[in-house]
Amino acid sequence: MTRTTGTTGPEHAPPGAREDPTPAAAAPTGERPSDAAARETTTADGASREATTDGAAGGGYGVRLRMVTQRFGRTTALDHVDLDVRPGTVTGLLGRNSAGKSTLAALVAGFRRPTVGSVHVDGEDPWENPRVAAGTCLVREAGDVLVDRSLRDNLRYAAGARPTFAPDLALELCDRFGLDLTATPTALSRGRRSAFGIVLGLASRAPLTILDEVTLGLDSAARQVFHDALIADYAAHPRTIVVATHLVAEVEPLLEDVVVLDAGRVLVAGALDDLQDRAVTLTGPAGSVDRVAAGHRVVGRQEAGPTVRVTVLDADDTLRARARELGVHVGRVGLQDLLVDLTAPIPPAAPGTAATPATATARETSGPVSRPTDETEDHR
Amino acid sequence: MFDGPDPVYLQIADQIRQDVLSGALPADTQVMSTTQYATTFRINPATAAKAFAQLVDEGVLYKRRGVGMFVVPGARERLQAARREAFGTEVVDAAARQAVVLGIDLDDLVDLLRDAYARARRDVDAPADAEADAHVRRHVGERAHDEAAHAGG
Repeated sequence: MTRTTGTTGPEHAPPGAREDPTPAAAAPTGERPSDAAARETTTADGASREATTDGAAGGGYGVRLRMVTQRFGRTTALDHVDLDVRPGTVTGLLGRNSAGKSTLAALVAGFRRPTVGSVHVDGEDPWENPRVAAGTCLVREAGDVLVDRSLRDNLRYAAGARPTFAPDLALELCDRFGLDLTATPTALSRGRRSAFGIVLGLASRAPLTILDEVTLGLDSAARQVFHDALIADYAAHPRTIVVATHLVAEVEPLLEDVVVLDAGRVLVAGALDDLQDRAVTLTGPAGSVDRVAAGHRVVGRQEAGPTVRVTVLDADDTLRARARELGVHVGRVGLQDLLVDLTAPIPPAAPGTAATPATATARETSGPVSRPTDETEDHR
Repeated sequence: MFDGPDPVYLQIADQIRQDVLSGALPADTQVMSTTQYATTFRINPATAAKAFAQLVDEGVLYKRRGVGMFVVPGARERLQAARREAFGTEVVDAAARQAVVLGIDLDDLVDLLRDAYARARRDVDAPADAEADAHVRRHVGERAHDEAAHAGG
């Protein structure tokens, strides 16, 4: 699979792009998994992942978007989005509010068709597709529940509607969240309504489960219950789980892949480990840091007297070696901080100081508008 | 537990190498499954799988299909040999430099080293029982531990 940012062009190699060596993940759009024999693939890191014919029986549905643009009147909610969600992964769908996460989730769930472009879930268009719909569960913060029926009735309905539904898990989770099964959703507090949405989402065991901002109103203890339940059930019943959230730091250890949206475009997408390998902080004397960072994609700069810290998005072994030579400290970037740097404009140099090479480089790549993603604008 | 600066999968791999080196994970013992790592430490099981893949590549772990990951016989000796090479530059060098910076003369440094080595030898020959129990429990599983205790009397 290739990871792209915004539009693609052969001359443009965004930091996130890499060729995936596994045949299953690189299946062309037209191939139907049901036409392929069951096979086991080995991913680049050596871990094996079953890629079977039936998404429900195997590792979950994959998702592929190509050149997806979604317009609502004069608003462009999604802008030339290319992305792949690897089957069987827990994938974070991250970004600021109104970045387009919910629109994307609704398209993937087949709730609407894109203005332009194609969506494929398990190899097929999810729109009015009963097979794919039965295997896809989207939980939105509003909660698509039967508002006038008890939670118990809601569970019965869900069990009847979905072949993969796990009633035992549902009851166990209701218990852990302290939910009264005789209550109706409208009678619940905001937090408990969210908790019930989580119950429905996880107990669906759908091969593609999308949880869109499902933690609103949940206190941190309840969020812990959610994360524990997600990880335990995912480990026991592998499937594709897409978690859209703005609570990035909490969800980070649970994620394998991430998609970061900003203003309707894909900023970065790929394995979280790869992203964090390439995203580093450089801390040290300003001159040394700027020499190490020269030529790299710099976002974020903090100064404390003579010491400077910058965040670099495309670190490689050469940069690390140079940092060692010059005594510049290389640090890891937490996902939350990375997102803030990715989605914020680059601050100008302090008044009275000369623009350093690193800042100049950042300005050059970002052009007159100080946003780190401007290379995508050249390819429209 | 895995809250250091390195990626979690590297920390897990390091912990397993440490346990193999210290003898807490003997040859042919099973390590925790990816599911156990996931639920114990609240991480994605793929993270543990990545650590295992690295250790398989290094020849520290091997996989028994349908069962789990096990320590390769001889892995401990091989890790020791590899670590010995790095020991000189990383540990001894650093200690010597620090001693010079602090004005500790060579004879005092040797005395410190002699005492420290004696202490380390004592700890290895008679480790705290609780620590050993914790290691076995963590890596071999409750039932195996209980069986071993039962059989051992």
